[in-house]
Amino acid sequence: MRRDARDKLSEDAGPVPVQSRPAIRRELKLQREADGAWLGKFADLPGCERIASCTQCGACSAACPLSIYMDVTPRRLMALVRSGFRSEALKSRSIWLCTSCYACVAACPQKISVADLMFALKREAIETRVYPKRFAVPVLSDEFMNMVRTRGRSSDFWLAARMTLRSSPAALFGMAAIGWRLWRAGRLRLSMEGIHLLAEFQRASLARKDAA
Amino acid sequence: MTGSSAPANGTKPKQYSYYPGCAIKGTGIAYEESLLEVYRLLGVAWQELTDWSCCGAQAYMTVDAGQSCMLSARNLRIAYQSGSHDIVAPCSACYLALRKCKDYVERYPRMREVVGDFMPASDLQAIANVRVRHALDMLYVDIGPSAFRARATRPWPGGKVACYYGCQAVRPYSEVDRDGNPMRMDELLEAVGVPVAQWPLKTKCCGSSHTGTLHEVGVRMGYLLLKEAVRRGAEAVITICPLCQFNLDVYQKDMTRSTGESFDIPILFLPQALGWALGADHRALGLHRGISGAETLRRWFAGPREGASDG
Repeated sequence: MRRDARDKLSEDAGPVPVQSRPAIRRELKLQREADGAWLGKFADLPGCERIASCTQCGACSAACPLSIYMDVTPRRLMALVRSGFRSEALKSRSIWLCTSCYACVAACPQKISVADLMFALKREAIETRVYPKRFAVPVLSDEFMNMVRTRGRSSDFWLAARMTLRSSPAALFGMAAIGWRLWRAGRLRLSMEGIHLLAEFQRASLARKDAA
Repeated sequence: MTGSSAPANGTKPKQYSYYPGCAIKGTGIAYEESLLEVYRLLGVAWQELTDWSCCGAQAYMTVDAGQSCMLSARNLRIAYQSGSHDIVAPCSACYLALRKCKDYVERYPRMREVVGDFMPASDLQAIANVRVRHALDMLYVDIGPSAFRARATRPWPGGKVACYYGCQAVRPYSEVDRDGNPMRMDELLEAVGVPVAQWPLKTKCCGSSHTGTLHEVGVRMGYLLLKEAVRRGAEAVITICPLCQFNLDVYQKDMTRSTGESFDIPILFLPQALGWALGADHRALGLHRGISGAETLRRWFAGPREGASDG
């Protein structure tokens, strides 16, 4: 099961699992790529102030329900970030597998919010476009944000439809059966509401964008 | 929308700000129907947050943390201005987003600055007074198991249930219940005579949005939960989050297809079970909206005459 899931995932996500590379080569590569200044970026990130105090105990990896699917477990990811191996961290599939269930945060004896670090890595990967094209996880985030920015609310139906259209259009057929059953149960809402006071929010968003 | 009742002793009853969130207006509609029906039967006064927006859930957080926080701050401000300072969020993701926003604004100057672009400092101060409540927290603390026990009129028609708390209601802000082995839902259900199964996966992840993005990974997370629940004798799972309910309810056929093990059990919302005990009509509680275990749902709740009706 584990092997299968990984093979399938690597088709979806692109990057090759780190483990499959010869260990010695990985070490040389990493030392060249280390970016000493990178860690500073996380210093004032809410929940990650104590990132340098990670003791590599592995409680996060043990608690994580998705670590069995990850190429880099949360503990190793913490080590990569702390040492400034930016490209290695941003390219890992692990950041996209995190569902932010906060099990790692509850488990961490050093009170580091690993889940918030995952969010920060996702944001940087999106900003620098370090993720496979048509990869559904960032596509979902992107569509979700566009919908909320323009309407103020999200719609399950339109979000699922737009995400699938952009990431794997063929899957739309598979979704039709589920859609039909939800429709019959009165659980699909096709109309999209907009909120009234959205303009103030949009103005503030744009102001921030200009400032950045 | 508002709901209220004549106060028995002449004093003005406490009014809650009800923040439904996006999922509850769509696929999770049965959660809203049943929660508001329970409120009606118990005489809880509530008022839907005017012009509420998305909470800035995790998908938003993934792209822009500041804007995500602004959206929640906006909702908190509306609650403050409405005068009903307890904001009840039935959705665990909404609950977490609101709590996180409050926490960020209180503790982090940088986030205060970001949200400050959007609202004056006086409003930022004001939202600190808003109390963020999960529906479970409100039902347990403000109403309580003994009140439910006293009002329960109808016996539970089905078998044992597994209480599924999910992740974001109990972590990382565990005001709703403790993270290790939460018991509040168990206690409420036992109070109204629902038999509860011992089940260790109460707070394990449901697979979240992976059921839509990395389908096989997401479906397997739900499969692990249901497999253990069934093994422990549960005939239904009770949830307090629209995403948990959706993942466990809608993908049971996919679980059966990928594992060869057959699943067809009802996944309910907590107020659906509580409302049933209080004597509510099965349609008023949205008990006809389940995808899986539809046959069981009809047998338990609809009675033989209504058995033929559908969606």
